[in-house]
Amino acid sequence: MADMTPQKTKMPEQEPQIRNKNFEEVALGYTKEMAIKEAGRCLNCKNKPCVSGCPVNVRIPDFIACVAKGDFEEAYNIITATNALPAVCGRVCPQENQCEGKCIRGIKGESVGIGRLERFVADYHREHGKAAEVNIKPNGKKVAVVGAGPAGLTCAGDLARKGYDVTVFEAFHTAGGVLIYGIPEFRLPKSVVAAEVENLKNLGVKVMTDMVIGKVLTLDEIKDMGFEAIFVGSGAGLPMFMGIEGENALGVYSANEFLTRINLMKAYKDEYDTPIKKIKKVAVVGGGNVAMDAARCAKRLGADVHIVYRRSEDEMPARSEEIHHAKEEGINFEFLTNPTRILYDENFRVKGIECISMRLGEPDAGGRRRPEKIAGSEHILDVDSVIMAIGTRPNPLLLKATPDIKTNERGCIIVSDGMETSKDGVYAGGDAVSGAATVISAMGAGKHAAATIDEKLKATE
Amino acid sequence: MFEIVDKKVLNSSVTSLTIKAPFIAKKAKAGQFLIVKADETGERIPLTISDFDSSAGTVTIVIQAVGFTTKKLVRMNCGDYLADVAGPLGLPTEFGNPKKAIIIGGGVGCAIAYPQAKTLHNMGVDVTVIAGFRSKDIVILEDEMKKVSNNLYITTDDGSYGEKGLVTDVLKRLLNKGGYDLVIAIGPVIMMKFVALTTKPYSVKTIVSLNPIMIDGTGMCGGCRVNVGGETKFACVDGPDFDGHLVDFDELMRRNTLFREEEAHACRLEETNNG
Repeated sequence: MADMTPQKTKMPEQEPQIRNKNFEEVALGYTKEMAIKEAGRCLNCKNKPCVSGCPVNVRIPDFIACVAKGDFEEAYNIITATNALPAVCGRVCPQENQCEGKCIRGIKGESVGIGRLERFVADYHREHGKAAEVNIKPNGKKVAVVGAGPAGLTCAGDLARKGYDVTVFEAFHTAGGVLIYGIPEFRLPKSVVAAEVENLKNLGVKVMTDMVIGKVLTLDEIKDMGFEAIFVGSGAGLPMFMGIEGENALGVYSANEFLTRINLMKAYKDEYDTPIKKIKKVAVVGGGNVAMDAARCAKRLGADVHIVYRRSEDEMPARSEEIHHAKEEGINFEFLTNPTRILYDENFRVKGIECISMRLGEPDAGGRRRPEKIAGSEHILDVDSVIMAIGTRPNPLLLKATPDIKTNERGCIIVSDGMETSKDGVYAGGDAVSGAATVISAMGAGKHAAATIDEKLKATE
Repeated sequence: MFEIVDKKVLNSSVTSLTIKAPFIAKKAKAGQFLIVKADETGERIPLTISDFDSSAGTVTIVIQAVGFTTKKLVRMNCGDYLADVAGPLGLPTEFGNPKKAIIIGGGVGCAIAYPQAKTLHNMGVDVTVIAGFRSKDIVILEDEMKKVSNNLYITTDDGSYGEKGLVTDVLKRLLNKGGYDLVIAIGPVIMMKFVALTTKPYSVKTIVSLNPIMIDGTGMCGGCRVNVGGETKFACVDGPDFDGHLVDFDELMRRNTLFREEEAHACRLEETNNG
C-alpha cells in the first residue's frame, strides 16, 4: 500500500538569506531515507501516465519501485537505459509540465517527486556506484555530433551504446553547452555536468573542444573525414536585444554574456582571470528561466536586483519553482513594466532605465493576454546595469557556411519527422530546430535523431 | 592544448607567438582572428591572425602586452602550451579588385597590416604602406613591410625615425596625388577614426579592422556589438572588418573602456605577485 501523505517529501535547501550570497547548490538533495519515503508515495499505476509525459520515456514507476526497495543501482540502470543525463534532468527538467504533471497523485495533493528521486539516484550512483562495465560491440561506423549541449550529448550517448564511433565537436573549451555556460552552478553544479560527460567518454564518445564548425571545418569536410552521418545540435545561442535607445551603453549585457562570464568563465572566483563589473543595482529584462538565472547570479554578486517583465506573474514563462526561489532570495519583480530606453552618463555608463507601465489586453495567438502600454506612465528605475534576457535565436554561424540546410523565417533548421535536414546525411535537433526550449526537449530530439541515424545507417549495410 | 613553436620579441612590449594549430592553419584567411585562452583559469581574448602556414600547420599572433592576459601570454615560451585556441573566426577581408592600395598600420596594428599588404602585393596590387609608431624604439616589421610594398612610409610621433607626424599626414598627401582605390587601416581606434575621416572626402573605400571586447567569438555573447551605419553589428561574426565610413568609432572607444578599472586592478595585483 502506497504512502498516502498528500505532500512531497520536502527537499532540503540552503536558507534563502545564506544562499543568495554564495554559488553553492540551492537544493541539497534527498537523503537515502527521504528517497525511500518519497518512492513509497508512488501508486505504480497500470497505465503509467508519467512515462508518457517524459520526452525520453524513462520507465518511471519501475525505477521508483527499485528506490523504494533500496536498490539504487538498479534504479540507475533503469533510468540510464533511456536517459543519458539523469543528474542534469533531475535538477533542471520542468517536471511539473511533464512526468509530474501527469502523476495521478497530483490530482489530490502533490505529485510524486519524480525529479527529486531521479536526481537522488543519479547522485547516489556518482558518489557510491561503480562505473558500469562497458560492453559495446563497435560496428565500425563513424558519426559526428556538432555541439556538446543536451541534444548533442544525448545523441552521442545513444549512438555510442549502439556501437557507433562518435566524435562530438564543441566550439567552447568545455563540453556541456547551455548546461555549462547558461545554467548557474547553484542550480546545476558544473562538476555534475563534467561527470555526465565523463560517463559518455567511458562509452567511447570522443569530445573535441575548440572546434567552431562552420569555420574550422565545414559539414562536407567532416563527411570527407569518414563520418557517415552528422547530428547538428548547435543550440540557440544568438542573443536578442530590444533595439531601444542606449542599449549599447556600458553596463548593458545580454543574459548570455552575463551568464557566460559567471558560469563558463567563473568570473566570480578570484583565481579566474575573466573580469565582471561590480554591480549595485540591476534591471533584468525578461520573464523566463534565463531571466531568473541572471537575476539570481546578480544577487549573489551583491546587487539589488529588479526583474522587469511586461506581463503579469501568471504569464511568466519561468518555472514556478524558479520564481519562488528568486522571490525567497530577495529579488524584486516589476510586473507589467516594459523598458523604453536606457539612460547613461557622460562616460556612456548606464545610470537608469526608463520603463512604461503596461496592462493586459486581449489574448494573442498563443493564448497569453497581450500587454498594452499605458500612455504617460513612463518612469525611471535607477540602475547601473541592465541585463537583457528576452530570448535567443539559433546561431547562424554554421548555417551561413552550410547554405544547403534549409531554415525557417526564425532561423530554425527545418527537419523531417525523423530529424533529417534538407542536407543528405545531416540531422538536427534541440534549440537549433525548435528555437529556445528546454534541456529535456533537446535531449528528446537528440534521442530521436540517434534512432533515425541508427535505422538509416543499418539500412545501408 | 596548442604548442607554441616559435616566439619572437619584436620590441619591448610586442611579441609574436607561432602556434601549432593544424585545423585552423588550413582554413585561416587574412583578416580573421582567434580566441585564445592561455591556461585553465584564463580568460578568452580575441587576437587577429597575423600569419599562417597551412603546410606547417601553424598560425601566428602578435601580442602587445598591455593587460593582464596579454602580459601572461608574452611570458610564455616555445614548448609551452596554450590551453585553448579557437578559430579562424570572423569573416576574411574582402579586398575586391583594387589597383592601388594604401595599407595603414598603427603600432602593433602593423602586425596585422603586414599580411594584408602581403596578400595585396601577391595579388599584383600597387601597395603603399604607412606605418605609424610613437618613437623609433618600437618600430616593428620594417624589412617585412618593405618587401611587400612599392612604397613604405614610416611616421613617428616624436620624429625619432621616419617622418615626424601622424599617418594621416602622409595619407592626405597621397590622396591628394590621387589614383588610390582602397585604404585599409589597422591600429588604435582613434587612428582608424581619423583615417576614415581623412579618406571620406576622397570617397576612397576604407576598410577598418575592429577588436572590441568579446568572450566567445561566435556571436553568442553580444559583447562586441558595434554601431555600423546606425545598425548594431556583432564584430565577431559580421566583422571584424567594416566600412570605416560607417563605423561609430566614438561609441566603440567608449565601449572598450568597460573593464578599465578591473584591468588596472588585475595588473597591479600581478605586479605585486611578481615582486
